[in-house]
Amino acid sequence: MDRTMQLGGSPSAVEIKGFSVPAGFTGLRRALELCRLSVVACGLTLVVTTAISLPGLRLGLVPRAMARVRALADRQRERAASWSGVQIPGPPAPLPPVPTDASGMIARYRWITGDPQTRREFAWVFTDPFVGAFLAFVPVALLLSGLWGIFLAFFGVPLSAEVDGLWYEFVPINGTATAVLAGVLGLAQLPLALWVAPRAVRRHALYTRSMLAPGEQELMASRIEHLTTTRSSAVDTQMAEIRRIERDLHDGAQARLVAMGMTLDAAEHLLESNPEAVRALLIEARQSSSKALEEIRNLVRGIHPPVLADRGLADAVRALAMVCPVPTEVEVDLPGRPEMPVESAAYFAVSEILTNVAKHSHADRARIDIRYDHGVLRITVTDSGRGGADASRGTGLRGIERRLATFDGVVAVNSPANGPTVVTMELPCALSSPKTTSS
Amino acid sequence: MRIVLAEDHFLLRDGLIRLLQAYGHEVVAAVDNGSDLLAALTAERPDVAIVDVRLPPNFTDEGLRAVLSARRTMPDLPVLLLSQYVEPLYARELLASGGRGVGYMLKDRVTNGSQFLDSIRRVAEGGTAMDPEVISQLLVRKERDESVGSLSAREREVLEWVAQGRSNAGIAQGLFITEKAVAKHISSIFTKLGLLPADADNRRVLAVLAYLDQ
Repeated sequence: MDRTMQLGGSPSAVEIKGFSVPAGFTGLRRALELCRLSVVACGLTLVVTTAISLPGLRLGLVPRAMARVRALADRQRERAASWSGVQIPGPPAPLPPVPTDASGMIARYRWITGDPQTRREFAWVFTDPFVGAFLAFVPVALLLSGLWGIFLAFFGVPLSAEVDGLWYEFVPINGTATAVLAGVLGLAQLPLALWVAPRAVRRHALYTRSMLAPGEQELMASRIEHLTTTRSSAVDTQMAEIRRIERDLHDGAQARLVAMGMTLDAAEHLLESNPEAVRALLIEARQSSSKALEEIRNLVRGIHPPVLADRGLADAVRALAMVCPVPTEVEVDLPGRPEMPVESAAYFAVSEILTNVAKHSHADRARIDIRYDHGVLRITVTDSGRGGADASRGTGLRGIERRLATFDGVVAVNSPANGPTVVTMELPCALSSPKTTSS
Repeated sequence: MRIVLAEDHFLLRDGLIRLLQAYGHEVVAAVDNGSDLLAALTAERPDVAIVDVRLPPNFTDEGLRAVLSARRTMPDLPVLLLSQYVEPLYARELLASGGRGVGYMLKDRVTNGSQFLDSIRRVAEGGTAMDPEVISQLLVRKERDESVGSLSAREREVLEWVAQGRSNAGIAQGLFITEKAVAKHISSIFTKLGLLPADADNRRVLAVLAYLDQ
């Protein structure tokens, strides 16, 4: 998915306001989980440092250790997104390739720091056991200390007899009065812990983002790279299309028109001598003209289908569904029309998918859902077929992917064995206001 | 017959007028855009309207829209649509607009004058004239649709001809069978599609509609 490359910042995390007991408990649970992950990070720090210094060929265990670090970082990204709404972009690419000609500690270190994302994760795994763990532990510590205070209120007096100089925070426990004070202090800390917990979780997410998110410049670079690839593939596709049109015209309509001209010429010469033959030639000329028209018609359908131009995506897809051999239901919720190139890309993608459904799925029905929200055109094609469609195998899907990538669109295929197959496409685009019809 | 013609291409409009006049018809109005067409249809109430789907100013489907809106007030107005392309979706909208006296043909068909005139006559008389290409596009789908599986291959073939708007005699001639056999097939189609004899008048159109909508 290329959406990680989008610029323009992630939506800022929602500020936490007020106090709620359930939210506090959820926060505490999450803080505990974060503490646990920090312990894992601490272990991974040891693994990575050992892997770097361990003798061995090439990079040794370093790539594997860093893969573990990335997996942990991915989990933290997920947590930050689902718990606090903090979106952390990345990782945009897999781990860098492992060089085969280098070994030793310096090469290993270079491999890690050579890739910005890996470098960030490396730095993160070292700091998380301190900073991350501290942030996550604050509410837990408040809770524990609060419980300890309450415990002292009951057992502080006998305990102080056993332990010399027993203190609760700033209160020396030496009698009932001070023990009760400790209890009151501890009790006051419990709501504080609940209040702090969600905030600490959010802080933690923000901290994780500051450690793991790529810089603006890096995002820009990857964005430029993405644009360059999709642009050149768009140009290639277009060029190939133009060549195909040129060839079709040359071999088809053009050739027929030439033949027609020749037939008419022959007819002209025979007009006096053999009127019967002229009649045959004229019939032939008329057939040529209707063949030429038919070929041009088919060609135009492939370039820009008239119904798409006339009615827009919704009706054009309905028209596709009408002639699809598999009975297909169409559901559309589009408040306006997308830009023409987007419309066309979406149309041909749906057409391609329906062709696949008819050819390979053995489905007895299909369903197309088109909707638009939050600036994204989402098209879902579901069929009741046998499933098992492999996105990496078909060239058709690759073509759709390329076609959509030009508009930052993506396509995802979900096709378990025995079906159903669901193809989802998403295209960010703007809609024009619905055209007012003058009927 | 009194005919209203809507076609924006000058040469074709001129040619059509000449063709129609040569066969003894009267072109009472020849217009080149959608709004003029609607006005002409309301004013002239012709015996049949011959309309190009794509008309100015937007060059989309103004012709079809004008016709559909005219048929809302005059459901029996016979209309023959001409187009560079046939689109099954439009065919269905047209059939759904009342079902009597509609036609939808490729523009190239005008090159065969007598056949074209025959289509006009059928439409004017309240029949249908669908281009074989519309039907064949729809049949791609229907052939695999199990719900129509109850029709035999021959019946489907006959229905295809019915959809084009042919008479029993025409179908018999085209399929090289007797008229009696055609009638038998057709009544069997009506039964299978659940059409009652009471609809006699426009049962043929209803059959096509039922077929397309299944």
